[in-house]
Amino acid sequence: MKSARSPLTKAPTGIAGFDEITGGGLPHGRTTLLVGGPGSGKTLFALQFLVHGAQDCKEPGIFVAFEETAKRIVANAESFGWRLAELQRTKLFFLDAQPMPDLIQSGDFDLGGMLAALEAKTREMGARRIVFDALDVVLALLQDPAARRREIYRLHEWLLQRELTGIITTKAGGDETSSVAQQPFGFMQFMVDCAVILNHSVMLGVSHRNLRVQKYRGSSFDENESPFLIGKSGLEVAVVRAPGRMDAKVSNKRVSSGVKRLDTMLGGGYYRGASVLITGFSGTAKTTLSGTFAEAACKRGERTMFVSFDSDCTEVIRNLASVGIRLDRYVKSGVLRMILARSISGSAETYLVRIKTLAQEHGARCLVIDPVSTWYKSSNDLTAQSVADRLIDWSKGSGITLVCTSLLDEMSNRKESDSPMQISTLADTWIHLNYLVQAGERNRGLSIVKSRGTAHSNQVRELILSNTGVTLTDTYTAGGEVLMGTLRWEKESAERLAHEAAEVAAKLKRVKLNAEEAELEVRLKALQVELVAKQVEKALLARTTLTRKGELSRGRTRMRELRGADAAKPTRK
Amino acid sequence: MSRHGLFKFRLYIAGDALNSAQAQANLAALCRTHLPDRHEIEVVDVFQEPKRALADGIFMTPTLVKLTPAPTKTIVGTLSQMQPVLRALGLEASGI
Repeated sequence: MKSARSPLTKAPTGIAGFDEITGGGLPHGRTTLLVGGPGSGKTLFALQFLVHGAQDCKEPGIFVAFEETAKRIVANAESFGWRLAELQRTKLFFLDAQPMPDLIQSGDFDLGGMLAALEAKTREMGARRIVFDALDVVLALLQDPAARRREIYRLHEWLLQRELTGIITTKAGGDETSSVAQQPFGFMQFMVDCAVILNHSVMLGVSHRNLRVQKYRGSSFDENESPFLIGKSGLEVAVVRAPGRMDAKVSNKRVSSGVKRLDTMLGGGYYRGASVLITGFSGTAKTTLSGTFAEAACKRGERTMFVSFDSDCTEVIRNLASVGIRLDRYVKSGVLRMILARSISGSAETYLVRIKTLAQEHGARCLVIDPVSTWYKSSNDLTAQSVADRLIDWSKGSGITLVCTSLLDEMSNRKESDSPMQISTLADTWIHLNYLVQAGERNRGLSIVKSRGTAHSNQVRELILSNTGVTLTDTYTAGGEVLMGTLRWEKESAERLAHEAAEVAAKLKRVKLNAEEAELEVRLKALQVELVAKQVEKALLARTTLTRKGELSRGRTRMRELRGADAAKPTRK
Repeated sequence: MSRHGLFKFRLYIAGDALNSAQAQANLAALCRTHLPDRHEIEVVDVFQEPKRALADGIFMTPTLVKLTPAPTKTIVGTLSQMQPVLRALGLEASGI
């Protein structure tokens, strides 16, 4: 192999996703083989590669058309908005090299003429990229397999010597992935530096397009099949998992769920950039809950996209308006974009890629998908699972807060844990809505099954919808039973009554006690007064007694003096 | 031998490639046998005149173009199989 430049450089294709799979694009200055059945998108892939080169990489290109005329190719690519007419003036050249139908062939020939012509053209326009579309058409004219081989080698050598980044497309019929080596031109895959296989199949009536890089010399690449689709601006390849992207943009900020009580239950709301899953049977207000989130986001002025699979956009707006969620003004102001996803037909893959594109177009920071479980129906479990994985990966990677609802099938008696597509394991917050049928009523209950990195309430709350909005209230747990609706109301009013009665009784008691207290105080005072009177009386008594005693003894002494009584020893007292 | 008009040929060759040389030889032999004194051959080497090949839409070499008599015919290859060539040139039945 030529190793003119030391490390392998890559030529970006401009195909969303493909450059990520291959770590930058096709091998620069080397040849890539593009194999695929009819309608698998070979021509488009190749053309997009040239257009991207000419438009964005300063690498003019030449398209050698062996099958379709250049005119038709340009016309077919019209809808992708690639400005081919403008590019064709200087940067993109189409060479019509279809063998004429009335061509007569006699004996051996080669492609030397074409290469000489291309050589001149390449020099003239400084082309760096070249595509040989449907090389098999011209090779088929050569009867001798050895001659075919010779021409392929000639072409390959020519490309390598000029260090052109080349794409050769050839058809492959049927199940090309396995039997390609047995095809007439199978050996090309051994010759080239990079081989990409395009596949288009229909499973259960749904079209699936796959792309697989079969080999890529000197470079690592994603070896798995990657679904792709032909979108509005060309090919879009779904990247199954871009390593190292999961860690991006972790935020501690919270965004409101639109329901105050739910925010408190979650300790402040959803994390920004988190993925939230709302599961429930039909009619459990999944859409409403996602609607409140959308409304809250719009209120904050964040660009939001609401993807509805079930109802028309206008229906969703009307229905949500009935519970006080007014989205119409945000649609009008352009903050909110409503998408009816039923209008996107195809596989889950198609949905994902379309949603991604639309969200990017809209610059959405918040995204609602209602319900995501529809994907389950349109693909097999494995695909849907992988699509769901990628949905979450992608939304995380781009910092979009994602709310998906998922319908549980009531009839099939699934358990909570059987959430479709197992999204629940990936989702950061999982809210489960349920019905509680009780006393002739069906009431909605909400519980948070999990919420990563957040303290969250473990209680079931009752979800009440009214024309003023969505509210959550506590439920009553009595005797191991959860009460909701009328029962809860009855219980509540009974308690209220009991409470009032108790309060009145307490008041009465207090008044009574006050009265008793007052009375006792009065009595206490009266007694005190009486006591004082008694004490005075007692003191008085004591004094008079003393006085009299004194008087008496004084009298006796006087008398003795008067009588002149002999003086016994006078006793002093 | 058909008796009308001059046959004008243009033969595109790719330098001294083997099949181009074969085509030249085969064409000369054909003309000698079937069109003595009634032919003109212009040889275009695409290596020398690549722009011309591009303009004329010649991608496989060798290619023989019969310009007159009308209609023009394009024959690709070394011209080693004579029958289809003669048929294309309208010389098929006359040569025997």
